[in-house]
Amino acid sequence: MKKLTVIIGLVCSGLVVVAALVSLVWTPFDPRKVDGPARFAPPGWPHVLGTDAFGIDTASRLLVGAQTTLLVGVVAVALAAVIGVPLGVFVGMGHRIAGEVVARASDILFALPALLLAILLAAALGASVTTAAVAIGIATIPVFQRMARAATLTVMSQDYILAAQVSGIPGGVIAIRHVLPNITPVLGVQAAASFSMAILAEAGLSYLGLSAPQSTPTWGRMLHDANLYAAPIQAVIPGVAIAVAVLGFNLLGDGVRDYLDPRMKELR
Amino acid sequence: MSVFGLNDVSVRFGGRRRSVEALRGVDLVIEEHERWGIVGESGSGKTTLLKLLAGLEAPTSGSLTFFDAALDLRRRETMAKLRSSVQMVFQDPRGSLDPRMTIADIVAEPLRSPLLRGRGDVPRDRAARVDEVLEAVGLDRSAKSLYPHEFSGGQRQRIALARALAPRPKILLADEPVSALDVSVRAHVLNLVNDLVDSMGLTLVMVTHDLAVVRHTCDHVGVLRHGQLVEVGATGEVMDHPRQAYTKELINAVARLDV
Repeated sequence: MKKLTVIIGLVCSGLVVVAALVSLVWTPFDPRKVDGPARFAPPGWPHVLGTDAFGIDTASRLLVGAQTTLLVGVVAVALAAVIGVPLGVFVGMGHRIAGEVVARASDILFALPALLLAILLAAALGASVTTAAVAIGIATIPVFQRMARAATLTVMSQDYILAAQVSGIPGGVIAIRHVLPNITPVLGVQAAASFSMAILAEAGLSYLGLSAPQSTPTWGRMLHDANLYAAPIQAVIPGVAIAVAVLGFNLLGDGVRDYLDPRMKELR
Repeated sequence: MSVFGLNDVSVRFGGRRRSVEALRGVDLVIEEHERWGIVGESGSGKTTLLKLLAGLEAPTSGSLTFFDAALDLRRRETMAKLRSSVQMVFQDPRGSLDPRMTIADIVAEPLRSPLLRGRGDVPRDRAARVDEVLEAVGLDRSAKSLYPHEFSGGQRQRIALARALAPRPKILLADEPVSALDVSVRAHVLNLVNDLVDSMGLTLVMVTHDLAVVRHTCDHVGVLRHGQLVEVGATGEVMDHPRQAYTKELINAVARLDV
């Protein structure tokens, strides 16, 4: 049962990665080329998944959109983890006053929805995929900070930390040698979950026009552009793609945790 | 010169309203090469006493000396001296060995301590020292690349012992070192502790609830009850002629461990 979910996760997320890679070298049509006479073509030949209101080939946009999807996930999660994890570990390893300050700052950031942040950043820097990814990343920092702090507290209560302290190993070294490796599995699962959340959030922002401009093919933008009366299928296709990606990375998260735990090797 | 001196030491946990007194007015002098067994039930303050000696806890009142110098957790020089000469073995080797580190890394860890730099007799060649101590505790060299979960409880405690001995400490603190182990391997591990303390000339402070363990290993015993040291003396004397009713109770409560 466990294996099945990991396999489904691998297949789904693998599809997205393959689509992104393929689109780097080949797409059936130019994903930006407007072709008026071909607008609203139903799925068939030569447009496998049909065309949108501008006559742009949907299959090509879908493939290129996978790139954006992955980019957003990677940028958002990396940003959130790079800032949130060290903060969480630092807070979890001691300092009470600093901990209180970080916790309250986290609460404030947590109360600010990604959507609001994205509107803010889009207004200040202009709407683009990067601003959307950065906004989602910043909004995700508290998630990583809290997760890292909780996991660090668990690790710090272990005797091997006392053993290191008795030997006079400095706190920074303990953080790198003991704390980080032991909280990685929890963070791995969180990263995968946040990755899919970021994909979903970006799709939402694109749909609202707060992310990619029309010329950048993204799945959220495709949803936005779909004409529900003329060709409802054009809304279903990116919708399914988003669902597959979100599901895939979520299921993959569980697998990542098991893989990173040396104690689980016996069970495999 | 005494290794540790405790003068009217008390340790209190918690705030002003709800505080727990883990140790109350403890006086104790531990001389070099002595082997102390601190006995008491759970909650008697044994572990707190050990943490005090390990520099992991500070007394709320009273004074603590280390080699006749006042021990202050905030003073670097004394702490460096303590950290470079004291090692500790914990009760449960499942928790005291980092599950994500190989045995070689675990055992070599104390050798990486920056506080050891000032000491002349510190083994330079870490890998060679790891081999040496693993052999001393009776483990094969092939253990080095394995992880803690691949060993039995008794073997893990040997690894913990190897780690503690790696930096050539002067003092070994042991918190219930055999309580979490199978009865069948307790005697082996205890004998190993005995031999190593002998051959390395260590001062041992062991905390346990088991008087049989004390009789087997220690030459001095202190009985803790509700944070107070109620009886102190040479092991034979205390065991044969206990002065306190509580000590008698403890002695009668344990079956003798024949080793």
